[in-house]
Amino acid sequence: MNLSRRDFLKIGAVGGAGVTVLGFDLAPAYAQMRELKIARATETRSICPYCSVSCGVIIYTLGDKAKNVTPQVVHVEGDPDAPINRGTLCPKGASLHQDILNSRRLTKPQVRRPGSDHWEDISWDTALDEIARKVKTTRDATFVETDAQGKMANRCEGIAFTGGCTDTNEFNFLVVKTMRSLGLCYLENQARV
Amino acid sequence: MSQANLEIVRISAHPGPTPAVGLKRDLEVAKLIDTTTCIGCKACEVACLEWNGLSFSDTEFQNSYQTMPDTAWNYWNLIRFNEHETEGGNMMLLMRKDQCMHCEEPGCLIACPADGAIVQYANGIVDFNQDACIGCGYCITGCPFNIPKFSPTSRKVFKCTLCSDRVSEGLEPACIKACPTGCLHFGTKEEMKELGESRAKQLRDVSGFAHAGVYDPAGVKGTHVLYVLHDATNPEAYGGLPSNPHVPWTVWLWKRPLKWIGNLAMAGGLIGVFVHYLRFGPKIVEEGKEEPREGKEP
Repeated sequence: MNLSRRDFLKIGAVGGAGVTVLGFDLAPAYAQMRELKIARATETRSICPYCSVSCGVIIYTLGDKAKNVTPQVVHVEGDPDAPINRGTLCPKGASLHQDILNSRRLTKPQVRRPGSDHWEDISWDTALDEIARKVKTTRDATFVETDAQGKMANRCEGIAFTGGCTDTNEFNFLVVKTMRSLGLCYLENQARV
Repeated sequence: MSQANLEIVRISAHPGPTPAVGLKRDLEVAKLIDTTTCIGCKACEVACLEWNGLSFSDTEFQNSYQTMPDTAWNYWNLIRFNEHETEGGNMMLLMRKDQCMHCEEPGCLIACPADGAIVQYANGIVDFNQDACIGCGYCITGCPFNIPKFSPTSRKVFKCTLCSDRVSEGLEPACIKACPTGCLHFGTKEEMKELGESRAKQLRDVSGFAHAGVYDPAGVKGTHVLYVLHDATNPEAYGGLPSNPHVPWTVWLWKRPLKWIGNLAMAGGLIGVFVHYLRFGPKIVEEGKEEPREGKEP
């Protein structure tokens, strides 16, 4: 086929005009391009662990708890149903996502022995055994059966217990029952501060 | 995606009509920022960063509580800390949450030459579509609040979206939800305006701020982010909030008269060529007078 330059231009122009008129539309999509990133994520209620205010948070994790999914935190925000904060959070609480995923977050017990200059990893079993042993030793050594006037006291002055803001009512009930039965006087909670 | 909630009323550089204008009864939404109860905790900054999953950047201490000197392409929400001396010689720390104002007449959208890169929804949100953005940066020129920021890595422009993804699903923006002092409010434009006015009245009548008022500048036909200011006569004190913002006259001149003069000139030129063709016909090269072509022996 012998096509001159003039014919080529003519065909091109007519073809281009035809395509345009007949509706070959390259217009971009105008629709909203962002979707709600937590629309089907699993919601888990929790408490912010930082200060004593104990704000309620919702932790959004990947997936719908199906068997083959390993959930991972994708977003954290305030819980609007929590009466304390009603959905609001401070800047530290708002960044909880980073706290949970932080590579320096402690996920197992560690101990720094007296005189030591470093932390060492121990198992949960060892940790609980050692704590129980120390509680027994300390209580035996510091238990006061009678006070200066000879009245019965039965208190343990060598141990104090402090709870945190994420402790629930039920947990705190058990703490009080257990610690009072040991004779502890110094019960404190960060949430009281 | 429930984009059904978002009717588009304006599209940047779009030839022809905007689809479905006036079809639905969308409410106009607005943020109300009460600068008088802001404590500068920056929870809104963090919530913005977290919700939008923006990348982290290093910051330098600038002798101020302010996180960084200006908003950035990956930092859309910034509390501006301003030390202000009152008439009585006292120091006031004025804190203003700086972000996109979502103007009713958005300078960015008017200046944008890329079809569909900036859209305005019927609920008032002005949103950037980075797919269609060509990275020319004209929106930066068009914005009276210096909000759109250019990303050198992706060569696109970014700004606050008023969490259009959340709002279209019926949620409030992330910054509003986080605010622990309740200085940030979200609702319909009408109700936010009312709430702001009642707070301003309280400030005037009870708190002794005689010039307290609501910032909803008429120069851009109102915004969908409203401020309650202690002194509405001097918004500049709040980190350069313009008292009369408007689309720059260069953008106005270019997009209104110059554009149409240019279009007329182009159409006139085409018509002139056609008329010339009708009158004189195609150019005829006389035999023997053809000029020798390059690279070819005659």
